[in-house]
Amino acid sequence: MTTTHTLSVLVEDKPGVLARISGLFSRRGYNIQSLAVGPTEEEGISRMTICVTVDDFPLEQVTKQLNKLVHVIKIVELEPATSVQRELVMMKIRADASVRSEVLEVVQMFRAKVVDVSPEAVTVEATGTEDKLSALRRMLEPYGLREIVQSGMVALARGPRSIAAHHR
Amino acid sequence: MTTARPAPPGTTGPAAHGAETRRPTPRTGAPTEQQDTNLQAPVQQDAIRPTHVDPSPATGAQSLVRSLEAVGCDVVFGIPGGAILPAYDPLFDSRLVRHILVRHEQGAGHAATGYAQATGRVGVCIATSGPGATNLVTPLADAMLDSVPVVAITGQVGRKLIGTDAFQEADICGITMPITKHNMLVTDPADIPRAIAEAFHIAASGRPGPVLVDLPKDVLQAQTTFSWPVETRLPGYRPTTRPHSKQIREAARLIGEARRPVLYVGGGVIKAEASTELLDLADETGAPVVTTLMARGVFPDGHRQNLGMPGMHGTVAAVAAMQKADLLIALGTRFDDRVTGDLSTFAPEAKVVHADVDPAEIGKNRVADVPIVGDAREVITELTAALRAAADGGRDARTEKLRPWWEQLERWRETFPLGYDDPADGTLSPEYVIERIGAIAGPDAIYSAGVGQHQMWAAQFIRYEKPRTWLNSGGAGTMGYGVPAAMGAKVGMPDTTVWCIDGDGCFQMTNQELATCAIEGIPIKVAVINNGNLGMVRQWQTLFYEERYSNTELGTHKHRVPDFVLLAQALGCEGLRCESKDDVDRVIGEAMAIDDRPVVIDFTVGADAQVWPMVAAGTGNDQIMAARDIRPLFDDPEAGGADEVPA
Repeated sequence: MTTTHTLSVLVEDKPGVLARISGLFSRRGYNIQSLAVGPTEEEGISRMTICVTVDDFPLEQVTKQLNKLVHVIKIVELEPATSVQRELVMMKIRADASVRSEVLEVVQMFRAKVVDVSPEAVTVEATGTEDKLSALRRMLEPYGLREIVQSGMVALARGPRSIAAHHR
Repeated sequence: MTTARPAPPGTTGPAAHGAETRRPTPRTGAPTEQQDTNLQAPVQQDAIRPTHVDPSPATGAQSLVRSLEAVGCDVVFGIPGGAILPAYDPLFDSRLVRHILVRHEQGAGHAATGYAQATGRVGVCIATSGPGATNLVTPLADAMLDSVPVVAITGQVGRKLIGTDAFQEADICGITMPITKHNMLVTDPADIPRAIAEAFHIAASGRPGPVLVDLPKDVLQAQTTFSWPVETRLPGYRPTTRPHSKQIREAARLIGEARRPVLYVGGGVIKAEASTELLDLADETGAPVVTTLMARGVFPDGHRQNLGMPGMHGTVAAVAAMQKADLLIALGTRFDDRVTGDLSTFAPEAKVVHADVDPAEIGKNRVADVPIVGDAREVITELTAALRAAADGGRDARTEKLRPWWEQLERWRETFPLGYDDPADGTLSPEYVIERIGAIAGPDAIYSAGVGQHQMWAAQFIRYEKPRTWLNSGGAGTMGYGVPAAMGAKVGMPDTTVWCIDGDGCFQMTNQELATCAIEGIPIKVAVINNGNLGMVRQWQTLFYEERYSNTELGTHKHRVPDFVLLAQALGCEGLRCESKDDVDRVIGEAMAIDDRPVVIDFTVGADAQVWPMVAAGTGNDQIMAARDIRPLFDDPEAGGADEVPA
């Protein structure tokens, strides 16, 4: 059975740390669906959000192997129910004056934003869950999807606690 | 140069490199009194290892050598070259770190491994950038799979040249990422002491392993400051060594309930220095002990409870015990495929207590009913204590309960002892040669091996009574490990006899290090078990490829190329040959009598001897063959008999 898990990983911001993690995934046959990385509230520490698909081995093996990397400080699995998970997408939609208002209506319904406009096209930016973004895409695609770029998922646990608070 | 230390009277730099004056410091001899020793100050006749050094100017290279001195390194195996050259200048003056000039970097890496395996200390190798560094790849992969604490120091091209495909540039950190426990490129000379301290700490602690430190040439040349000690900064590295007491109690409960327990002991118990504690646990449980290829010697072969080695070429008793066990107490071991055979049929009735310092090993191949993360010595000590405190009737009741199990085990052991026949064609039996070396050199000697038939025979027919006396490449199966590992072991344990049991195939991969041994005064003894073939591959061709011997004949018999006696002599060693059973003891005795130079014996043995028992690759352990076409029938409750089954 294939399931997808979201791991939030605190790592030391050292050269090669991304290669260490992606290399570990590829050599052990783990499948990364998306990986997003950025700075944290603490200097020198980056946070990665890794979506990993797991089929015939337990997720536990993935986290244990990740934990063996010296630059990995902490790993937390974020459950969809108890965390906020977001992706960012930008789509360039073919939209001349004749359909622009229709496109803008869809954009508003999804609480997306137009970040660029030209006589033939608008560029729409949206954040949300994977479901919401694919729904938006389905709505806009009929107008003509010229280009799309999507980020990996980022996620934070709900509630007041921070995963970083305990790592020292 | 403000930092060069004056040599003591009567010693010049180069002379200090003589083997006589440069015996490695024993582990226990680490000085602690001289807290204020400053490297700047002229040192006394007996060089004192610094424990505290105030910040003082140094080049990166000097900082490296002083860090090695301060961290307790007494010997490095290496070869200089362009990028690492700056480090060799201060190394020339060091009276605490002996450099042994090897002939190939692979030799340096395996020597560091052999040194580490024999002494328990971190082994160190050093190489230049590019090809020097890539030649360390095999020994690093080897040390990784066998969890050996090794630090590799490599030169790198100057910082500005990195990434430009410069002369002798190789991204060695990228290359060795999957085969090191950790690696680092040092880009600031001020970081050198911390990098070395961290490398040694990571290599030696938790589950040991190799660590590579890559040093660009201009970082070695730069002016910086050296001080010691340094603070390590490893927020993501905290090995768990203390086992959870609840898990220990649960394990003890399962042991108390078990009727057919087996202590399945791996190399981790050697690394944790827990052989004494293991004796106590074996005594307290009364359970049989099997010692994996990496663990031979951690539990005495002479002990009644030792069933020998499990796995593909293990004893029938050890393999059968695991297959029929109701509880496996796995200590510092990792359920390797060469032990388990087909996993789905491995030890089908056994519950598993699995203790390892590496949590990722637990549950990786076999689900553990009781997982215990911790250092093997702490686990074993606490487990023994928990058993002593348990209300299950104690040791005597447990022993009594295991009586039927032992009756069964003894039947297997008596019916299927390890053995061999003398070759029908009158050639010398390789097993006999190896058995005699073990008998004559005794349990105090250290034995290293290459990989193949001779390795298995050395694991089977030499009796090991002490930990760290059996060194081999278990996980990686690195042919060519034997000679350089023996060299490293002899450097670390200069007063111990060190034998390398090698094959004619393996020997031809790394025998150049005999030149190192001859020149550096490292008198190892090498028994080349020369069957003229890549013997283990040939055995498989015999068994599984219809005796089609594709590319396994080496010509060391037919053409006597090379002539190992002449080769030995050319390399500055004594060369001996033995071709008949009657001469075996005499020739071994001759080799034992030579202590001023390395000895190589060409034991010309038959080509057709095979390693038995054997669990063929991909089959289950129940399919073990005690000898060709002889399969023990474990399922017969009256087992002990063997039955002919068609091949």
